[in-house]
Amino acid sequence: MLIHKYLTSFGKYLILMGRSFARPERMRMFMKQYVKEMSGLGVDSIGIVLLISFFIGAVICIQMKLNIQSPWMPRWVSGYTTREILLLEFSSSIMCLILAGKVGSNIASEIGTMRVTQQIDALEIMGVNSASYLILPKMMGLITIMPFLVIFSSATGILGAYATAYVGQVLSPDDLTAGLQHSFNPWFMWMSIIKSLFFAFIISSVSSYHGYTVEGGSVEVGKASTNAVVTSSVLILCSDVFLTQLLS
Amino acid sequence: MIEIKNLCKSFGDKVVLKDISTVFDSGKTNLIIGQSGSGKTVLMKNLVGLLTPTSGEVLYDGRDFVTMSKKEKVMMRREMGMIFQSAALFDSLPVLENVMFPLDMFSNMNYRERVRRAQECLDRVNLVDAEKKFPDEISGGMQKRVAIARAIALNPKYLFCDEPNSGLDPKTSLVIDDLLHGITEEFDITTIINTHDMNSVMGIGENIIFIYQGEKEWQGQSADIMGSTNKKLTDFIFASDLLKKMKESEMKEMKEMKEKKKG
Repeated sequence: MLIHKYLTSFGKYLILMGRSFARPERMRMFMKQYVKEMSGLGVDSIGIVLLISFFIGAVICIQMKLNIQSPWMPRWVSGYTTREILLLEFSSSIMCLILAGKVGSNIASEIGTMRVTQQIDALEIMGVNSASYLILPKMMGLITIMPFLVIFSSATGILGAYATAYVGQVLSPDDLTAGLQHSFNPWFMWMSIIKSLFFAFIISSVSSYHGYTVEGGSVEVGKASTNAVVTSSVLILCSDVFLTQLLS
Repeated sequence: MIEIKNLCKSFGDKVVLKDISTVFDSGKTNLIIGQSGSGKTVLMKNLVGLLTPTSGEVLYDGRDFVTMSKKEKVMMRREMGMIFQSAALFDSLPVLENVMFPLDMFSNMNYRERVRRAQECLDRVNLVDAEKKFPDEISGGMQKRVAIARAIALNPKYLFCDEPNSGLDPKTSLVIDDLLHGITEEFDITTIINTHDMNSVMGIGENIIFIYQGEKEWQGQSADIMGSTNKKLTDFIFASDLLKKMKESEMKEMKEMKEKKKG
């Protein structure tokens, strides 16, 4: 029964995606929505991304210094592990998990409210493909802006690590710099960006699906918002395993 | 002309519409009346394609809307305007942009022409001053008027209104009724209104269809409705004490006149 329910939902999700990827009726309107969504979903998330990345970068550096560093290891090890954690997992996967909470609930509640207040019906009556008009710009907007968020997150995380060196004096800035530069593999940056593109698609499409299929009133919109965050987070974690295996 | 033939709609085991057949007069104000839960909104949703009938036909100038291809349906919908019970304005857009929306999507006008057309529509519903306001900054009656302006922006052939007076005071309801009736005559639109407001029925109803528990119970003109002998219809109409008293006094007057004539 549960499998039937999940398969039905997956089928509905695929149909919705099929409708969403239809050619926009008016490119001018699509571009307007696309820029608006990039701003609303991406640019408005920069603050929280920078804040969290700075502190997590600092915390990772302190933890590495206190728990990993030993006299038997080179002094650059803390900087090296901090960089690897930030690049490989935090700035892509964990940051996307955080964004699934912020952006995912935003998308699901916005579209869900439009559904229960008949705004989506109004679009349909006008002959507008409501799925394409509402969902496609959100997906494209978030996918476009996500690599920038990843880069900002990595950079700010490293700044946070430097803050522990300069302000907290947990380790010397020279050791940190040596660690950050040690055996740097540029592919890890690309890996992080590629993973984030997949996660951006998951967040925007799954949340849109939950919002679009709301039936009922404000309570259901709240439930859809919660379901969007939970489903997106689980899918991000599952796909992270496969993507890491595939890209490493 | 809109015609429905043997329309049935069920949700699972629950039958909501039972074998409804009727014709809506072109260029007139057609009213669908009935109690809450009688199936009026479901009927309207079937008419505009938001729901698919379980069986039956919805004919627009002889063409069945149910069996039309997706593309044909989209083209057909561009000839429709709809006013929802909740007005359904896009709350992220100001009033002017709400009215401009169908023009932005489907017209080939340039920006100035689109603004001018939207202002004309707002002027028609006496709302030019509110064009920069957002839907949550205006009253319910004004929201309905904006919805009317948006619905007529593309000069539709058919106008559907789902309980346009719900939640409005009697005076504002009259304004909305007059507006809908005026627009119907002015632009020669076929208007279909769902309502249970008896003021609307008596004021603007030209062709009235009474739905009772999912079935078409009565159809006629507003002039005939007061004299109808259909028990279900009279129970519905004279549910209010005021109308009941009006009917009683009317009957009394008629009786007195008859007696005078005899005398």
